[in-house]
Parts: sequence; C-alpha cells; structure tokens
Amino acid sequence: MGESIFDVLREAIDNGNPVALATVIEGEGAGNKLILGPTDQVHGTLGNESLDRVVLRDMSGELEAGRTGTRHYGLNGEAREEALTVFIESFAPPPQMLIFGAVDFTAALVRVAKVLGYHVTVCDARAVFATTKRFPLADVVEAQWPDKLLDSVGSTLGIRDAVCVLTHDNKFDVPAITASLKTDVGYIGVMGSRKTHENRSNRLREAGVNDEDFLRIMSPIGSDIGARTPEETAISICAEIIALRTGREAHSLKQGAGPIHKAND
Amino acid sequence: MKEILEDIEKWKKADKRIALARVVKVEGSGPRDPGATMAVNEDGEVAGSVSGGCVEGAVVSEALDILSSGERKIVTFGYSDDEAYAVGLTCGGTIHLYIEPLDW
Repeated sequence: MGESIFDVLREAIDNGNPVALATVIEGEGAGNKLILGPTDQVHGTLGNESLDRVVLRDMSGELEAGRTGTRHYGLNGEAREEALTVFIESFAPPPQMLIFGAVDFTAALVRVAKVLGYHVTVCDARAVFATTKRFPLADVVEAQWPDKLLDSVGSTLGIRDAVCVLTHDNKFDVPAITASLKTDVGYIGVMGSRKTHENRSNRLREAGVNDEDFLRIMSPIGSDIGARTPEETAISICAEIIALRTGREAHSLKQGAGPIHKAND
Repeated sequence: MKEILEDIEKWKKADKRIALARVVKVEGSGPRDPGATMAVNEDGEVAGSVSGGCVEGAVVSEALDILSSGERKIVTFGYSDDEAYAVGLTCGGTIHLYIEPLDW
C-alpha cells in the first residue's frame, strides 16, 4: 500500500521541500486531490489525465510564485470553463535567516525569527562563540567565515530571505556584506552605531560597494521603535524586515487610515 | 497547515477522526489568507485557525457535522450574510472555507 496524499504532504513540509496540493472543491469529483512533490513526483488524480495535466502545469507555476488560491476549469481541464473549482495550495519551504555574529543580540534574534517561521543559521568565525549550546533554537550553527558560508548557501537565498550582520567588527562585517550583496537575498541588515556605520561604509566603499548596493544595506539595522534590550532589538529588526517586504512605513496603525489587511483579489 | 501537522499526527495515531477547514478564498479585508487551516477532531479539539477568532466556534460545529455525515462542502462567512449564520467577520470581509474529512 502506497503513501496517502497526506503522508506525502506532511513529509515534504517536514523536510522543508516545496510541495503543492490541488483539491477539487466544486463540481464533479469534489474532494479529489493531486499533489506535486519535490522532484516532480505526482500522487493522486483530480478525475482524468487531461485535467491532471493542465492543473499540474498551473500548480508548478503557483508553487514557483508561492501563491495559494482557487482556479476554474472544464471537466477535462479546459480553460475559460467553470465546471470545476480547484483550490491550489502552495507550501513553500520556510524563509531563511542568516545571522552573522554569535553575540547576545543573536540569541534574541534567533528566538524571534523562529516565532516568525524562519529557518535560522547562526555563523561566526570564532568557534568558541558559535556553539549550539549558546543557540539551542537555531537550525544550524556554523563556525565559519561569513563569505565562506555564503559561497555555499548564497545561491539558495531569495527575496523572502534575510541576512543580519550583528558582529560590528569590520573584519567580519565587510566580507559578510560584500558576499551577501552578490546574492538575491531580500534583506541585508547590519548592526552598529551611526559612528560604526560611517566607518564601515568607508571600508565597504574601499571594497567596491557602490551607491546602488548601499540602497540594499539597512544600516544601522532595525525599525525606529526605541529598542534597547537584545529582545527589543530583535523585534525592531524583524519589524523592519516585515515592513520592507510589505512596502509599509512602520508607523502606528492608529496614525493611519484605510484597511489594516491588504484586500485580497 | 505547517503549524498544525504535529497535532494532526498525534490525533491520527490515536485513531481520531479529523476534519480540515481551509480558507480557499477571501473577499475584501480578511484576517487570514487562503491556505490558513484549522483541524477539528471527533472530540471537538482544535488546532490552528481560519480567522482572528470570529468564526472558529461555528467552524467547530460545521466540522463535527461533517465528521458524522462524511460530506465535503464550502462554507461562507461574511459580514453581509443575511442572518444565514449567527456569526460573521467583524472586519467586513467574506471568507470561503472548504471543510472536509481528513480521509486522504
């Protein structure tokens, strides 16, 4: 007896693999399911081969875009027909956060990032600080130079992912930032006072970082909520990440007008 | 779905029958996006949510009905519903849920 659709779904989600699930929710065969797993494995059927073929193509596109929603088809997958409503759900792997620097602020940031669902990697070149004992909630702890780590994982970073550089030591910061800039990572935040920031900016310019690159670097890191403690700072950093992703200015909802949630469709 | 897998797994191991309610469509302002999932077992235990708490109570009774009937259906909650349901979303939006037994 083969695995159930649910088993395939759970396994893929547990392993952080991308997976899409389609369910007929209206029309003939309501409840029928089709699942598109990692490496294009397919399980189940929505009713017939030609319908499956059309929906699989759409599932693959939706999964790529990380979208979840309903679509309409004819009984054999015809476009512009409405006999069937199919709900396509995308399960993208969790976003990644790479934190460079194994300091107190890191421990707090790991905790908040885990609440937000990130897969978190802590990296510090100093092996004595980069230990799983100090960061029990981190998914990965690497005693490694930042640019070396980015050489191996940089190509997996995308718009949903974040790099936070908390070392405020030019020796680590500069390679971490320049290597991050070579990736498609959506957020690069760097800790330090305004003075540290100025000094570091000079070093970065010397290392070839241009004006366009500087627009990507959030430094000093964080949203201006008056954070003091490591925990508050972690909230400030994550608030900035969310606001950048959604394109919002992080003022209080009280001061704004209009809908709190962006309207769907 | 992700956050409720552990509960579902526990219930499956205990041979509990489970219904899943998934947000499939949101019109206007809604608290949760499509994909938000709530699971209800035969004892009325709940994991996950589909709104900000506005309709969860009603979803539990729908889910329990579905567990006894075995049917699958789309259930709509909206502010403008003409008393069809005693509960609605206070934010003014409309959400469509697909509720079915987890028999797959």
